[in-house]
Amino acid sequence: MKPYSTWKYVLLIAALLFGLIYAAPNFYGDDPSVQISLESGDALPADFGDRVAAALQDAGLAPSASGVENGQWVVRFDAADRQLKAADLLKEKLGRDYVVALNLASKTPAWLRAIGARPMNLGLDLRGGVHFLLEVDIDEVRKKAVERIVTEVPALLRKEDIRYTGRRQTDSAAVLEFADSERLEAARRAIAKNFAEYQLTTAPDAPLALQISLSDKEAKRIVDFAVQQNLTTLRNRVNQLGVAEPLVQRQGTNRIVVQLPGVQDTTRVKDLLGATATLEYRAVADQDAATAAATGAIPAGTELFYTRGDHRPYLLKREVIAGGDNLVDAASTVDENGGPAVSVTLDATGAKNMFSFTEKNVGKPMAVLFKEREVITNYNAKGEPIREHREVEEIISVASIRGVFGKRFQTTGLSSKEAHNLALLLKAGALAAPVDIVEERTVGPSLGADNIRKGFTAAALGLTLVAIFMVLYYRVFGLFAVGALLLNLVLLVAVLSLLQATLTMPGIAGVVLHMGIAVDANVLIYERIREELRNGAKPHHAIEAGYERAFLTIADANVTVLIGTVVLFALGAGPVKGFAITLAIGILTSQFTAIVGSRALAQLCFAKRPLRDVPIW
Amino acid sequence: MKFFARVPKINFMAQRKVGLVVSSILTVAAILLVVFRGLNFGIDFTGGVLVEVSYPKSVELDKVRHDLAEAGYERAIVQYFGASSAVLIRLPPASSENSSQVSTHVLEALHAKDNDITLRRIEFVGPQIGEELFSAGGLALLFAFMGIAAYIMFRFEWKFSVGAIAALVHDAVMVLGFLSIFQVEFDITTLAAILALIGYSNNETIVIFDRIRENLISERRSGILDVVNLSVNQTILRSVITHLTTLLVLTALLVLGGSTVHSFSVALIVGVIVATYSSIYVSTNLAVALGVSREDLLPPKDKEVDEMP
Repeated sequence: MKPYSTWKYVLLIAALLFGLIYAAPNFYGDDPSVQISLESGDALPADFGDRVAAALQDAGLAPSASGVENGQWVVRFDAADRQLKAADLLKEKLGRDYVVALNLASKTPAWLRAIGARPMNLGLDLRGGVHFLLEVDIDEVRKKAVERIVTEVPALLRKEDIRYTGRRQTDSAAVLEFADSERLEAARRAIAKNFAEYQLTTAPDAPLALQISLSDKEAKRIVDFAVQQNLTTLRNRVNQLGVAEPLVQRQGTNRIVVQLPGVQDTTRVKDLLGATATLEYRAVADQDAATAAATGAIPAGTELFYTRGDHRPYLLKREVIAGGDNLVDAASTVDENGGPAVSVTLDATGAKNMFSFTEKNVGKPMAVLFKEREVITNYNAKGEPIREHREVEEIISVASIRGVFGKRFQTTGLSSKEAHNLALLLKAGALAAPVDIVEERTVGPSLGADNIRKGFTAAALGLTLVAIFMVLYYRVFGLFAVGALLLNLVLLVAVLSLLQATLTMPGIAGVVLHMGIAVDANVLIYERIREELRNGAKPHHAIEAGYERAFLTIADANVTVLIGTVVLFALGAGPVKGFAITLAIGILTSQFTAIVGSRALAQLCFAKRPLRDVPIW
Repeated sequence: MKFFARVPKINFMAQRKVGLVVSSILTVAAILLVVFRGLNFGIDFTGGVLVEVSYPKSVELDKVRHDLAEAGYERAIVQYFGASSAVLIRLPPASSENSSQVSTHVLEALHAKDNDITLRRIEFVGPQIGEELFSAGGLALLFAFMGIAAYIMFRFEWKFSVGAIAALVHDAVMVLGFLSIFQVEFDITTLAAILALIGYSNNETIVIFDRIRENLISERRSGILDVVNLSVNQTILRSVITHLTTLLVLTALLVLGGSTVHSFSVALIVGVIVATYSSIYVSTNLAVALGVSREDLLPPKDKEVDEMP
């Protein structure tokens, strides 16, 4: 028998070590923990650790560890009841700017984490939780845009003194009728000048009717914007739920996936996701807000509000200059000096109010007040749901009026991130397009735990059966195949952990199925060896020929299975994706372990020994 | 263990015409079954609501039905799920506007009567999602077929490719026929099983094709039928063993894996059994019928030596 290259042994040992190290985090278990981050996504303040430690110390809840892990502050506890108490306490002490979530933090030692070894993600079907697929109502978004044309364009024409004789609204366009073609052309020019985003057409059979619709690009942008806004709003709301590792993600043009591991109460989640928000532009009153906040004496005609984030008090006049329903669009942009700014567009009513207000108040401050109405569902002792409404009212920006303006204006004096967020928030508050829940999947924790248990017992039984069969049938070579299969499983788990792939129930089924298929490579090789022996080959030669001749067949066969899994992956619903990933990775690792691994074992045992027969039957 | 001291010498190709006829009849029968009896589609495809709850102790289904009917769900299908304390409730796709609230209402209807119910699972799928999955699933099958056909054309030759695809269609259709007869629930995991089966079944075909190619080159004097017979005989043992190991793990999954993977394992078990037959009597058979010859396969030169392990 030819000697087997040393590098192949080295590669095998390296693969084994790699597999063991990266598979290890899955076996350490978890600590109950509380996970804290800033809602804004900014870095935590430097003294944060001391604040947490002090708060916990006062309540006598000593953590077992506390520190930054993966960009979030994680406080670990020995017992779950402490975790719950600590989470309630921290929520109260830290306030609304922080997201405090319960989590199970892996006990993986720091040196393993440092080299990127983490346990696999468990899918919702294994750990329990809710999955929602929301659909943004695009028709509604488009309809609103057309309604805007119907109010805006006539207003423009009146200003320009171009008369029209009639106006109508169709599904996708506003139609204005004119008495003669001169007026129509004048209107066309005026509209094109002021609203570049509109598309103007006249039908051949009605030459005096001007159809004003959104250009395709503009329609797409509006829908895109609405979905993006909803995404931001939903993300903010989900953050307030205090869920560890929530997922809020856009899917396709107009859908949003929300996944909340560990959450059971879908009613509460639905209420939260459906909450509405608005905003208001208001004048800042002259009186001293700090005194009012301290004494509680609020001057007549004003209301006291606090800013988001740093909680500075402001007194705002009761009159609303423009509200969320007047807001048409908001986008982050740059001002004339190149600084970050938010450009806001109001509808005709809003613009009129804004114009008359700013005319009289240049140089004075104006505030943007954000109002959100949340529905919170709690259960009383009898288990009946009690819904409470909670109003969140915060000032998100205060800026000086620098000139007279109406329909379009800019808010400056912000950082570029602030400008971006404000633009999103303004839109989120005002225009959150209606969403429908089109898919919901909730898995209770007991079913999740059941699934894991069933999956693992099935896998263990499958492995045992295959191992017994292989050893009975192929003797020593069966042992080699089982060794290769075990190495393959270790590698599979390691790669899945490293890729942070999500393990689902179909994924476990994929692993189980894979164990059956993976030994096929060895069966092919061993049957070939037997065949060579039957044909009278010398033992060593038979072993070599078996491995060599079977190689291409195995590769061919594996490629076709891979094609199936790639297609499956592309088809893409969550759990099935998990199945496709496990099967695909399994095939790749098995191509290596079944051939190189089992052959190395065969070489080690038989290469140096004279053989009269091969102990393969 | 030494079941076979020698390579068996069964004349598989003697029955090739019978095989082709039988396969065609069975395929047509399975298609008719799927068309007329239909598949028992799960809510992944049909849309609707499914709620699984477990009661602290055994519960009468009539009581559950009564509770639901009081809340206005007369059309609910209620059945035990594994134990007499676990109940599965299905509702047809709701035509009302606010169907996402249905799951909440169902829970409230049951909660009102009994507080110790634990919720195991809620699934709500909107009708449009189901329709989309339908077309996505069909496309997936089509792409899988095309991908595999292209690969076999590239590695072998078009007649083999036609044979292989015929076998895959045959296997998929037979499994669907079986699922239709026994009205096994067809959900997205079952679809995954069928796609996996396509890969697996093709594996079988490729092993035989590979051997045919090898023998066509080495056994220059034998006729094509003899070469095919020899190849099938040489690989049949390996097929049996592989199917056995695969069936072992699938049985473990069927028995212990629970409800979520039930139809998955059933589909694959049936498929694996069918695949054994089809790799001989459909794919190979068809390739022969199409007139595969030695010239079709002559050397993709002996480059193999470099690629050995």
